[in-house]
Amino acid sequence: MSRNMSPSKVAMPAQDPQERSLNFREVALGYTREMAMEEAARCLECKHRPCVNGCPVKIDIPGFIREIARGNMEEAFLILNRDSALPAVCGRVCPQETQCEQTCVRGIKGESVSIGRLERYAADWYRENACTLPPRPEPNGHRAAVVGAGPGGLTAAGELARMGYAVTVFEALHLPGGVLTYGIPEFRLPKDIVMAEVDALRRLGVEIQLNTVIGKTLSIDELLEYGYEGIFIASGAGLPRFMGIPGETLKGVYSANEYLTRINLMKAYEKDSLTPVMRGRHVAVVGGGNVAMDAARCARRLGAEEVSIVYRRGIKELPARLEEVHHAQEEGITFRMLTNPVQVLGDANGWVRGLECVRMTLGEPDASGRRRPIEEPGSNYDLPADVVVIAIGTSSNPLIRLTTPGLETDQWGCIKTKGPGGETSREKVFAGGDVVTGSATVILAMGAGKDAARAMDRMIRGREMAVQHG
Amino acid sequence: MYRITAKTRLSGNASKISVLAPLIARKAQAGQFIILRAKEDSERIPLTIHDQDREQGTVTVVYQVVGAGTMELDTLESGDSLHDLVGPLGTATKTEGIKKVCVIGGGVGCAIAYPVARKLFEQGSEVHVIAGFRSRDFVFLEKEFKKVSHVLKVMTDDGSYGSRGLVTDALEGMIAEGHHYDEVIAIGPLVMMKYVSLLTKKYGIKTTVSMNPIMVDGTGMCGGCRLTVGGKIRFACVDGPDFDGHEVDFDEVISRNRIYEDFERREREENCLLFKKEVQS
Ligand SMILES: Cc1cc2nc3c(=O)[nH]c(=O)nc-3n(C[C@H](O)[C@H](O)[C@H](O)COP(=O)(O)OP(=O)(O)OC[C@H]3O[C@@H](n4cnc5c(N)ncnc54)[C@H](O)[C@@H]3O)c2cc1C
Ligand SMILES: Cc1cc2nc3c(=O)[nH]c(=O)nc-3n(C[C@H](O)[C@H](O)[C@H](O)COP(=O)(O)OP(=O)(O)OC[C@H]3O[C@@H](n4cnc5c(N)ncnc54)[C@H](O)[C@@H]3O)c2cc1C
Ligand code: SF4
Ligand code: SF4
Ligand code: FES
Repeated sequence: MSRNMSPSKVAMPAQDPQERSLNFREVALGYTREMAMEEAARCLECKHRPCVNGCPVKIDIPGFIREIARGNMEEAFLILNRDSALPAVCGRVCPQETQCEQTCVRGIKGESVSIGRLERYAADWYRENACTLPPRPEPNGHRAAVVGAGPGGLTAAGELARMGYAVTVFEALHLPGGVLTYGIPEFRLPKDIVMAEVDALRRLGVEIQLNTVIGKTLSIDELLEYGYEGIFIASGAGLPRFMGIPGETLKGVYSANEYLTRINLMKAYEKDSLTPVMRGRHVAVVGGGNVAMDAARCARRLGAEEVSIVYRRGIKELPARLEEVHHAQEEGITFRMLTNPVQVLGDANGWVRGLECVRMTLGEPDASGRRRPIEEPGSNYDLPADVVVIAIGTSSNPLIRLTTPGLETDQWGCIKTKGPGGETSREKVFAGGDVVTGSATVILAMGAGKDAARAMDRMIRGREMAVQHG
Repeated sequence: MYRITAKTRLSGNASKISVLAPLIARKAQAGQFIILRAKEDSERIPLTIHDQDREQGTVTVVYQVVGAGTMELDTLESGDSLHDLVGPLGTATKTEGIKKVCVIGGGVGCAIAYPVARKLFEQGSEVHVIAGFRSRDFVFLEKEFKKVSHVLKVMTDDGSYGSRGLVTDALEGMIAEGHHYDEVIAIGPLVMMKYVSLLTKKYGIKTTVSMNPIMVDGTGMCGGCRLTVGGKIRFACVDGPDFDGHEVDFDEVISRNRIYEDFERREREENCLLFKKEVQS
């Protein structure tokens, strides 16, 4: 096997921008076997493994890439699967450029190894060629509960099931997956992939009880009374935030969560869906993260002629993944940077007709280290829009907090954890993912799920030993 | 799957169904709601809990067929199953400390007002009920209301049953007769709740209304159910559905609830065509 010293990544085949902006099919099409092996040959198998340090779950990156380079795809998948329950998802949605790929030595002179694309390739290969099913674990006689079927909850459930626990996941919605199902659109993460991962968990014996809101249908204390010996709360980020400017309740103004839920969970983009969503001609999306990019690209696919991202800082400050920004640009989304809405404008019948915006300049760095945007007085202008989507983040959901006595939360309502395993102020109760950190990433939620599963196992086995020896 | 154990057709496009859902039945309180999906790809429909049988493990809802979603729900019969059912959502109606109350129901809203009146009656409050309907054909729950109220006034718009007039006319009459209420609880069409609130504001009577904005998840995730209450944005599914009627911006909700009117009309027409075809073939 000879090393590939090309300074750039093997290009990812993608749907043509013109064509894809009219459909919801996946944009990035994935490597072929040859492309994957060629890209894998770019890895130098560095002894000090800087890439691994960049990955929140410490995947053995040179290890799995070596197997791809040799054509051992199943082996590659099994290495990935040791540290990540959802490699097909992470390969697609991880912000690799600020994680594993950022620290890759090939990135010093040229482009880093495309770790994400290779991860995706190995995971897709395994799913499509469905090889050996992992053996169903031997039951260890203990029961654990998980709240929320997003990436954090699903990872913890898989981890616990593999250790022999009887695991039940309680999910509020009618489908599992969390943000992977209702938030991230089909063209970025096909729902079949999410459901295949969920099915794999079911085959491990994980029970998923849908339509069950913890804090309403059942409380955390009731779960403990039912005999669950440990509970992991991964209920996600919560309520959408609004800007607090006039006009946010006009017709045609959506939170990104509502807009994306209508489109992804309720399939409003399909012709015969019973769930409506407004298809605007001029859509303005406020915010600069992944959520904003997803909303903008959905709007384009729903037929909008003009879609703008309205963001108060500069293009360099956009928190979204680089790849999403590029894809959005290719699809003709207009980036209105250094622009801040001061009011949503409405017509006489209560429909939105635009955004009054003000131009911004960047001043001194603020607490977050980013340069603070300052309004330019008198620079106000009107941006016409018939749909406005607000994607400026979330605040915590009160349902579990208010119904679980003794569960400590911080000033923002996020659950406080005490140890690396997500221990909370309540005995036997663990938490992780967005409900602890606020909106973060899929891989961080998965890492938290894995750590909590291990901590819970230590706690339960510790108790068992205490009983046996006490 | 959630089996429908009983279905009764009521007057005027409304039906009552009981559904097997023991966990929800065990918890349900007056004022809370559920969200159901009739079939795999159906809309999520929020409906208030009308009654529950904790022993049988069933919850009962009353729905009115207004559009494609409720039309689809209405095709299910006793013995069929709902694809999804989640609840109980929202907060329960607060009844503590109320000594004398006037509960007002309008149309299908009466189905929701009933458990509230019953709870107040059972806790020993003096309960007056005003139930308003379009006409004689739409009157329902009269017997049940009688059992849980000290005074019951049935109103119809056209006078074909009970007294002629609006619920606000009846309320004004009761106030004029010298009744002093600690609170008025109004549940029904938005316009009715708006006018009841305007009236009670004049008399300075605390008023609670049960809001029904368009919802999706019902768990505080989407923000679609937001209302302006006292100048602030509130989410009906987690902060409500009950709110202070004097603080709610009714005109805004009335306007927002019409967002999808065109879409709904199209759906309804398409569905009707389908129904017609089925009938013809
Ligand atoms: C549109 C969008 C795009 C994103 N893009 C990316 C990306 O490209 N890359 C990336 O790394 N991250 C991305 N993120 C962030 C990422 O999706 C989240 O950080 C991650 O999903 C958090 O996982 P979680 O398991 O903590 O919670 P979630 O995924 O939010 O799942 C929580 C689950 O819990 C359920 N739940 C909530 N309350 C209750 C309750 N009381 N009882 C029972 N169940 C409950 C919810 O219904 C949900 O299914 C994106 C987020 C959004 C919204
Ligand atoms: C908390 C709450 C409790 C409710 N309780 C009852 C009840 O006990 N009995 C009853 O008959 N109705 C109740 N409703 C209203 C009921 O949910 C709607 O009539 C139903 O969803 C309409 O669906 P559709 O597809 O048949 O009609 P559509 O044709 O979709 O719409 C008809 C009208 O119904 C309203 N509506 C549509 N979709 C929704 C939605 N997702 N959420 C809320 N309203 C919507 C809108 O005003 C719309 O204009 C309640 C609504 C809420 C929010
Ligand atoms: S999980 Fe994410 S960060 Fe880790 S190696 Fe894979 S793509 Fe990189
Ligand atoms: S840093 Fe880059 S080149 Fe080195 S082992 Fe990791 S992926 Fe391979
Ligand atoms: S219905 Fe989605 S937040 Fe209330």
